[in-house]
Amino acid sequence: MKKSPGAIFRERSEFARTRIRDDTRKKLILPLVLMMALMTSGISAFAAEESNGILEPVEVSLRDKVSLQNGAKLFVNYCMSCHSAKFMRYNRMAADLEIPEQLVESNMIFTGGKIGDAMTTTLSKEAGEQWFGVSPPDLSLIGKLRDPEWLYGYLRSFYIDDSTKTGWNNLVFPNVAMPHVLYELQGIQKAIFTSMTDQNGNSREVFDSFELVSAGKMNADEYDHAMRDLTNFLYYMGEPARMVRIKYGIWTMLFLVVLGVLAFLLKKEYWRDID
Amino acid sequence: MSFMTWLDDRFPATKVTREHLTEYYAPKNFNFWYFFGSLALMVLVLQIVTGVLLAMNYKPDVELAFASVEYIMRDVWGGWFIRYMHSTGASLFFVVIYLHMFRGLLYGSYRKPRELIWLFGMVIFLAMMASAFFGYLLPWGQMSFWGAQVIVNLFETLPFVGSALSEWIRGDYVISDATLNRFYAFHYLIPFILVGLVFLHIVALHKVGSNNPDGIEIKNGPKGNKWSADAPADGIPFHPYYTVKDIMGTVVFMAIFFAIVFFVPEMGGYFLEQPNYEPANPLKTPDHIAPVWYFTPYYAILRAIPSAFGTQVWGVLAMFASIAVFFFLPWLDRSPVKSIRYKGWIFKSWLAVFVVSFVILGYLGTQPPGGSRTLLAQIFTASYFAFFLLMPIYSKMDKTKPVPERITE
Amino acid sequence: MTDRHMDYKQVDHKRRRLLTIATSGVGLAGVVGLAIPFAGSMSPSEKAKAAGAPVEVDISKLESGQQLIVKWRGKPVWVIRRSRESLEMLADLNDRLLDPSSKNSQQPDYAQNIYRSIKQEVLVLVGICTHLGCSPKYQPEIGIVPFDDDWKGGFLCACHGSKFDLAGRVYSGVPAPSNLVVPPHQYLSDNVLLIGDDEKVSS
Repeated sequence: MKKSPGAIFRERSEFARTRIRDDTRKKLILPLVLMMALMTSGISAFAAEESNGILEPVEVSLRDKVSLQNGAKLFVNYCMSCHSAKFMRYNRMAADLEIPEQLVESNMIFTGGKIGDAMTTTLSKEAGEQWFGVSPPDLSLIGKLRDPEWLYGYLRSFYIDDSTKTGWNNLVFPNVAMPHVLYELQGIQKAIFTSMTDQNGNSREVFDSFELVSAGKMNADEYDHAMRDLTNFLYYMGEPARMVRIKYGIWTMLFLVVLGVLAFLLKKEYWRDID
Repeated sequence: MSFMTWLDDRFPATKVTREHLTEYYAPKNFNFWYFFGSLALMVLVLQIVTGVLLAMNYKPDVELAFASVEYIMRDVWGGWFIRYMHSTGASLFFVVIYLHMFRGLLYGSYRKPRELIWLFGMVIFLAMMASAFFGYLLPWGQMSFWGAQVIVNLFETLPFVGSALSEWIRGDYVISDATLNRFYAFHYLIPFILVGLVFLHIVALHKVGSNNPDGIEIKNGPKGNKWSADAPADGIPFHPYYTVKDIMGTVVFMAIFFAIVFFVPEMGGYFLEQPNYEPANPLKTPDHIAPVWYFTPYYAILRAIPSAFGTQVWGVLAMFASIAVFFFLPWLDRSPVKSIRYKGWIFKSWLAVFVVSFVILGYLGTQPPGGSRTLLAQIFTASYFAFFLLMPIYSKMDKTKPVPERITE
Repeated sequence: MTDRHMDYKQVDHKRRRLLTIATSGVGLAGVVGLAIPFAGSMSPSEKAKAAGAPVEVDISKLESGQQLIVKWRGKPVWVIRRSRESLEMLADLNDRLLDPSSKNSQQPDYAQNIYRSIKQEVLVLVGICTHLGCSPKYQPEIGIVPFDDDWKGGFLCACHGSKFDLAGRVYSGVPAPSNLVVPPHQYLSDNVLLIGDDEKVSS
């Protein structure tokens, strides 16, 4: 004799009273939380690397078109004499930064290239190696390879140093092959080091402060501001798609919320059959 | 004559739909952990679709590879979206598969009569790891290059054949154009093998029927439900009930997936690593190299084992063993019950030990070696293996609870 | 045994159908949304667009009867300075041509005239046969030629024998169905031609 479904379901609910509680899910939350915590700590450890303790926070904003335009101007005028940005096209920059194409063509292209061309430099790889020992790297992706804080710190940390080939050194990137191209803006600064003795009795040189030897065209605030704009531009150039991807992301999330509510209601409706 | 009759005379369309969807009776008590099978299948499809589109613009040549990836990111319309879907998909594929495998551990889904499903699943896992490894070289960044360099050099430690084998894998004395080209070929091939393996995995599953959180065979229980007189009483048709449920799970997963794609595609350096934005340079190793997160537990095991008898092969063997040991799981578990719900505190504790070991090894694998970290890795490697190797003993000793006749929720 | 099957009275079929349609509809919209960037990735990239950018041509050194071939979007574009005599002969050919007054839109509006050009003597054409895409050959000689007994100068496609006159107009009775294409172009100055962009001309 088959039992009627009603009988089966009654039986089931009786059993439910004595059933053993499924508490495994709760226990599993702990390792998951632990995993998340470990991952985040890894992330912060990763970010803190190489910092030297002299990096300052810098605000990057892709909405600040004025800042990006100023950064682009500095980039093509100072950086692009030696560095290329070969994955970036002038017309992409013009469109994203809202600079008219004619203006880019007349004021920002020094290589005789066209508006659709990649932003290359006239300095050859060989000449670069000859002048600096290493060929100046392409900067298209520097905003991805380095954090904005690093770039901002690097651009502001050049100082004169007789011991190097170029006469310049950098606190963030010690013994860098690049001379301080922007000294006429920042002026010339020297680094003051103080001797410190640690617990083991070893003394070592610790950076104390910069001292301006001769002034440049800009005062400290103006230079910091300009470097923030340049950092902002490099950050943008590392991934131009960043301009739009947050916007698309928000629309996608809104869409998925609608779809999610419908899918939930549909599931609930069908599962009324199953008690 | 209707079209369906015409078709059914030539192809078992209706029959297959019935047997595998509308009249495939799955236990009605599937919980959260049962979402990941269908999600894994969906991610595989997404990876194949986005992968084929990327292949249309990618160039497997050491001179062009890096630039072609940036070309995709900048010059190809929507290219960045497709690439981020592919890179996010790779990591989330592992998240989903790890959770799917963990479900198996929780509810004893590998136990008789489902040993073959588990074995097919493990082969899928191996193929997936191979595909991920080959794919990671393709962007030709610093991490791609040095990661592949380290992994291929593992084979060098094997006695007698080691160096010949690693040269054969690379097709050169270093990771080079030949290596990149063949890795690309394999990376494109393996996903299609995966599709075949997934088919076998599902065929085997539908032969024996799905397990469930209670670990009870619904086929052995009473018969007759709302839909059929012969179907298991605790079973419900897969379609529409689990299809609508899986659709709901898919939308939630999509929300997480696209949140990563659009807002944090690099995931703090875990999905896409910062040093990989620099083209491969065979003359300069990055300061700290580590594999992608989903390989780090095994990498930590590799580094934990010291060299002995003048060879480093033991670490390599331990690493391979740490994956191979999963294959034996159906025969290592001697508990009279399948599901964690009815297992005793001994098994539950060991499972917790395993999860903690896996997670901590994963973390240690991302960190530079040395100091207390090596000792920690050794301890957790030991507990990782102990979970498996001592299982025949402790699973028998464990005091289990009585298993109910019928499904409990 | 009817109670074994579902009691359909309890099911709100209307709501069920509505939710199914709504979820499928919105889901389908999502799939279409996803397909847009997927399909879009196969359209010409920024690199292809840059390579297909308008080309400047200096025609100051182009002499009468001479042909200049430039590449635009990967295709040959001919620039030919026609002589007075050949321009005068164009009208005589009308009854041997398929579309003598260029009614088919094979040229921008500003080139829809008997010369099919902006400046009478300077002809700008995409050098691709309208039959199957071969590039015809410039045949400036006049009189009896192997392929025509009364040739006034023009182009011959070697692939299938299509003939065009010195304005790129197709002869009747040949395989090619229409006149050769005049690309969008404009004069930046008297002697500098921009091929591929006619923004200022059309606006």
